[in-house]
Amino acid sequence: MTVLRRFPARLLLLELLLLLLALLFLYPFYLIAINSFKSFDQIMLDTIGWPDRISWENYAKAWVATNFPRVLLNSTLITVLSLAGLVVIASMAAWRLTRYPGRWSHLLFLLFVSAMIIPFQSIMLPLVEVGKRLGLMDSIAGLVFMYFGFCISLSVFLFSGFVKSIPSEVEEAGYIDGCTTHTLYWKIVFPLLKPVTATVLILNGLHIWNDFLMPLLMLRSKELHTIPIATFSFFSQYERRWDMALPMLVMSLMPMLVFFLFTQKYMIKGVMSGSIKG
Amino acid sequence: MRMRKQWREWGYHLYMVGPAIICLLVVIMVPFAMGGYYSLTSWNGISGEKSWVGWDNYIRIFTEDVQFFNSFKFTLQFTAVSLVLTNLLAFVLALGLTQALKTVSLLRASFFVPNVLGGILLGFIWRFIFTNVFADIGEQTGIGLFGLQWLGTSSTGFWAMIIVYGWLITGYLMIIYVTALQGLDPSILEAAKIDGTSYMQSLFRIVLPLVVPAFTICLFLSLSIAFKVFDLNLALTNGGPFNSTQMVAHNIYAEAFQKNRFGLGSAKAFLFFVAVALLSLAQVMFTRKREVSL
Repeated sequence: MTVLRRFPARLLLLELLLLLLALLFLYPFYLIAINSFKSFDQIMLDTIGWPDRISWENYAKAWVATNFPRVLLNSTLITVLSLAGLVVIASMAAWRLTRYPGRWSHLLFLLFVSAMIIPFQSIMLPLVEVGKRLGLMDSIAGLVFMYFGFCISLSVFLFSGFVKSIPSEVEEAGYIDGCTTHTLYWKIVFPLLKPVTATVLILNGLHIWNDFLMPLLMLRSKELHTIPIATFSFFSQYERRWDMALPMLVMSLMPMLVFFLFTQKYMIKGVMSGSIKG
Repeated sequence: MRMRKQWREWGYHLYMVGPAIICLLVVIMVPFAMGGYYSLTSWNGISGEKSWVGWDNYIRIFTEDVQFFNSFKFTLQFTAVSLVLTNLLAFVLALGLTQALKTVSLLRASFFVPNVLGGILLGFIWRFIFTNVFADIGEQTGIGLFGLQWLGTSSTGFWAMIIVYGWLITGYLMIIYVTALQGLDPSILEAAKIDGTSYMQSLFRIVLPLVVPAFTICLFLSLSIAFKVFDLNLALTNGGPFNSTQMVAHNIYAEAFQKNRFGLGSAKAFLFFVAVALLSLAQVMFTRKREVSL
């Protein structure tokens, strides 16, 4: 789009306008940040001005009260383990189903795709039952398994779309050279899937890290709480005690904000390519 | 020898596709089928007793459950209003962000940020802003709009939801429109300019028709995301006051886990699935049709 190129003054005006709008978009973060340093009394008096003092006292209290290191570790563990497993099982299944077309493969693929339609609310009640019977409740491993199931459809779908686009000659050459299917897949095919693996990681990673309802239903004990759950229960406990709740909120926002800051290009691209195909 | 080879192929099928199928069956398919069965019982989720009641739950939803219908209505209104506003804003932003600006990537990232955060956290950010900051802004500027009880009445609660949801989703839709606009062939627009078309003319006559596929994607994305909103609803208004801002997803959750009516909740969950499935079906049919006509 180069329509406005010849009017630099207009461009400058447009840029200023958009910058102003962007500031307005980011203003909520600024408000949360400055108020998280204020004392309770100052928050009640004035939420817009600069804090009287910059002290980390609020943060120290919230850090201890929520056991934040533990919460952060839980979220990280659950996200990393789920993603690692998902990439392995989804990519294998997608490759096999795509490279061995037939009635069964087609049927199974359809099963995966149609499962994408089912919203979480439609299965959450019986899922708790299944979790209880299989001993998956209140454990990180159990929740990770749930994420395998819940994210597998989209992952298989994305992987198989990509597999279709790579020529199978490489694989045939591998077979002729005497590779077994196992080594062929892991040594030759899987490395080729890097771009789509990134997309799968980003889309599912965002979902799992931010997910609220599934861990709320599956994890009972406080020691296993993830960031969204801990924030939620802290807010219910300290209703209106903003001097406690706000630092907790800032700490909860930080990991993802920092991560986004460093990987924004890939993240925007990943979310983008997922949305167009999905 | 051939038999052995065939066995080995089956072994590989099992090894590579098996785990994915097991996960899908245990976590999605079996619970889905169980949910269908529960919806025909009067189970409360705690006792072992599941007595068969046939279509009673469904009949009850359609004849007695006023709240479910109000939630449905609220959800539809929310979906329709947010769909129009967020897509409009996202497209206008995308038009601006495809010009030769100096800070273009900074701007794009700024609008996109809320999208990488969870609905619960975003809801709490805005709960603080609506309940505390807005009151202070109202006092200092004297603008009555800020002095309202934003989360305290159903009509302002509706707009509060729209504002926060718009903040969350606009950047995402904007990125899709940006990609579509960047995919346009610049020589077409150059040619149009040489022929003397104004900016508005080329926007409505050339650009808009060419990015129709992006509109289709964004409209259906907004439909299915807005329809399923739960976290924001819970963190922002928690359905209140008096359930007047309760979305369908929240209604199902409350039915099952707060009122302990698993049977009724399952019936609602199934109706929710039917609605979502119809939306998806409409999307598939609509995009297919377009492909043919193009």
